[in-house]
Amino acid sequence: MTPRTSPEIGGMGHSVKRKEDPRFIRGQGNYVDDVVLPDMLYLDIVRSPYAHATIKSIDTAKALAIPGVLAVITGKDLEQYKLHWMPTLMSDTQMVLPVDKVMYQAQEVAAVLATDRYIAADGVDAVEVDYDPLPVVVDPKKALLPDAPVLRTDKPDKKDNHIWHWEWGNRETTDQLFRDAEVTVKEDIYIPRIHVSSIETCGCVAHFDKVKGKLTVWMTTQAPHAIRTVFALVAGHVGLSEEKIQIISPDIGGGFGGKVPVYPGYVIAVAASVLTGKPVKWIEDRMENLQADSFARDYHITAELAGNKDGKLTALRIKTLADHGYTDAAANPSKFPAGLFHICTGSYDLKAAHVEVDGVYTNKPPGGIAYRCSFRVTEAVHTIERMADVMAHQIGMDPAEFRMKNFIKPEQFPYKSALDWEYDSGNYAGALKLAMDRIGYDALRKEQIEKRARGELMGIGISSFTEIVGAGPSKHFDILGIKMFDSAEIRVHPTGKVLARFGTKSQGQGHETTYAQIIAEELGFPVDNVLVEEGDTDTAPYGLGTYASRSTPVAAAACAVACRKIKDKARKIAAYLLEAHEDDLDWEPGKFFVKGSPDRAKTIQEISLAAYTNHPPGMEAGLEAINYYDPPNLTYPFGSYICVVDIDSGTGEVKVRRFVAVDDCGNIINPMIVEGQIHGGLTMGLGPALYEEIQYDDSGNILQGSFMNYLVPTAVETPNWETDKTCTPSPHHPLGAKGVGESATVGAPAAIVNAVVDALWHLGVRHIDIPITSAKVWKLLREKGVSE
Amino acid sequence: MAKVPIRVKVNGVEHSTEVEPRLLLVHLLRENFRLTGTHIGCDTSHCGACTVVMDGRAIKSCTAFAVQANGREITTVEGLEQNGQLHPLQEGFFQEHGLQCGYCTPGMLMTGYAFLGTNKNPSDDEIRHAISGNLCRCTGYVNIVKAYQFAAQKLRDGGAQQ
Repeated sequence: MTPRTSPEIGGMGHSVKRKEDPRFIRGQGNYVDDVVLPDMLYLDIVRSPYAHATIKSIDTAKALAIPGVLAVITGKDLEQYKLHWMPTLMSDTQMVLPVDKVMYQAQEVAAVLATDRYIAADGVDAVEVDYDPLPVVVDPKKALLPDAPVLRTDKPDKKDNHIWHWEWGNRETTDQLFRDAEVTVKEDIYIPRIHVSSIETCGCVAHFDKVKGKLTVWMTTQAPHAIRTVFALVAGHVGLSEEKIQIISPDIGGGFGGKVPVYPGYVIAVAASVLTGKPVKWIEDRMENLQADSFARDYHITAELAGNKDGKLTALRIKTLADHGYTDAAANPSKFPAGLFHICTGSYDLKAAHVEVDGVYTNKPPGGIAYRCSFRVTEAVHTIERMADVMAHQIGMDPAEFRMKNFIKPEQFPYKSALDWEYDSGNYAGALKLAMDRIGYDALRKEQIEKRARGELMGIGISSFTEIVGAGPSKHFDILGIKMFDSAEIRVHPTGKVLARFGTKSQGQGHETTYAQIIAEELGFPVDNVLVEEGDTDTAPYGLGTYASRSTPVAAAACAVACRKIKDKARKIAAYLLEAHEDDLDWEPGKFFVKGSPDRAKTIQEISLAAYTNHPPGMEAGLEAINYYDPPNLTYPFGSYICVVDIDSGTGEVKVRRFVAVDDCGNIINPMIVEGQIHGGLTMGLGPALYEEIQYDDSGNILQGSFMNYLVPTAVETPNWETDKTCTPSPHHPLGAKGVGESATVGAPAAIVNAVVDALWHLGVRHIDIPITSAKVWKLLREKGVSE
Repeated sequence: MAKVPIRVKVNGVEHSTEVEPRLLLVHLLRENFRLTGTHIGCDTSHCGACTVVMDGRAIKSCTAFAVQANGREITTVEGLEQNGQLHPLQEGFFQEHGLQCGYCTPGMLMTGYAFLGTNKNPSDDEIRHAISGNLCRCTGYVNIVKAYQFAAQKLRDGGAQQ
């Protein structure tokens, strides 16, 4: 897309350098642990060594004897204020601090308040807790057996560990299509528990001003406004009132979904500040972050595809166990307990589908949050893209040709999927064709045949994903009843400079730059003259926050609509100043002029001044607008990724030789930033595909509780990503844009797994669960007699 | 706990102070000296967000004690810009979109500051190995490699002295 504006204005399509970078490259960011207040206290947390145990006693005497330790807070202390339990976003309940038993290893047991972070840690070591271990359930399948211990004994009516059943689609038609099918394939696919591991952990500084009665919390949250309301609802009974709660999200060192939930540490810090009247800082260390914060995935999937021998697909059937840990603390829209998993028909034109998910409790920390994806979309995409490859291989068709045959065609949009989503726009064949050209697909297939003849293992994997992002239309999307709109408030100052505030919160996505570019695009103010602010609930308009790739689909749309309101008023002012009828004015970026007389013009800066100094009689002064945008539909970004792997038949090591990613997110605001998002997303797809997994032993001990064994990709494992794009605008978004931040994380793992299985299919390998570690492949190669 | 006197030069400024022997260098920098550009990401020397340069070598300040810095010279991210002039690495990160959330960035810059001091003309592969002790969750590293190359080129062209 050729930019409409000049580089000086810097509207959409320009790779404007980021406005946030000057502070970050100088070490002048302001992250939560950089916040220091006078008389600030430090909070540290005692955590359970057991995955399931009764707490017999907590002895705080030794801790309290340490100079500088001011208090040890236990569940019983919070129970007095009815703050020992809190509701989750999925209407379940979660302990803040336990009164009688712990439900997972590393669960918060007590909190030590001290004058210094080292003394707080000393206090944690000195707290003595006497536990009585209970039987542990870590496997969700075993959790559903009749003799499994019931975990949620706090719920009087609960007689098992089943949380909910959810299903979608047409069961009868789907079953009939399976009965009629010429070919069916079936696989068990486990998508393991993983952790976002943003490099900054979670934390907060809570400051309750007793005189003003005001609570201010600097906190690592992706959704400050929603958090404010949750605090008001949860702690209203102890006197916190929403107008006196201010949540400030300062600079955030990566979020990826891990900074959406309310963790117990935040609540304890707030309680400690309210009780002491002093500021309280709580910052997790990495092991606390990895072991106790919410996790993603943990889906045990059984998937089946039905089709004809000629490769035409007809139906999809999926059953899934969702391991949520001891509580359902997922951050889904409330009506969707399995998130948007029913996007699982993917890019394919199916006649029918049926999907079932059952949520299960186990002795693990809460699961089910996102890992850089929009509510279970990765699970859906991984399943359909794996199954598409299994079916293609099964009938002996090239996976690219198979996809081309089954893609929804451009002329079918808007397309109603078999599971009721209305896809807005797409050109799936176009993206796959470009990816094949870029990587040299045909030549690679020839090379693969030659290598296979020599006994070398090489594979080519495709993933042609369709995402669903931008939650969401108020008809279906809310969190605890709050509709999932988002907002923009734009104020134009008399000198033609702009302050814009949003209900979202960047965690690295570059909103300060991209939102400014939208204002530059719509109103012609140079991007340098636009200041974007987010994350302070006292100043920004209410919004649901940044996750699930919703900032561009929802808040950027709000920004465009607010700009257009301002432009309507600016046109009236210009008409007044030019003594012309407003219908006789034309716009070019930055000015209105009289049709046919380009010299008779008023710049947006002149109009801005007039809005305060010389506005038309009867018109309100000022030039500002606010919009709360309720999207008419979600956006459906898509793409095709092709991965080439070489496998060392001696060690089982998988080496990603090349990876071409073609993305289509509609009209692009800042190409540089979009490419950066794709690079990062691909790397967060590579990690789970090859390295990242959180496992527990039978006693519920976490096996990957630090960066020693939770393997985040380094620059050495990460390939030199090759990116390209097609552009299919969203027909309903005011800017024609779609979300993009998570596409690559969603789409990449299947391309990598498909490449590995493609390399091994001739040996009888049909599927490998992620992460595909060298050990896993080596074992397979030994079983197949390839490796010794 | 008894305190120990130390003298340390940070970004050209001499500091004399007394610290507990257990105080970590990263906390000396961040909390005692209020140089908060150096970040903490893991406490176990895996992530590299806390990387600073001590006597010319990149070290992880979360696993060094403050007392180990006694008599030494430290450069942190705040010391890179000289006389209002960004270091070529800082420019490189800005020009090549080498950062997103900015949290790993100071560590990445300081690793590069030491690395480019010893390797004036690195290959991409050498850069990738040099930063393998610095984790980034946002960028996918591609643009960080480009940022290093941008800086290496500029330093070769005489853009700034290490």
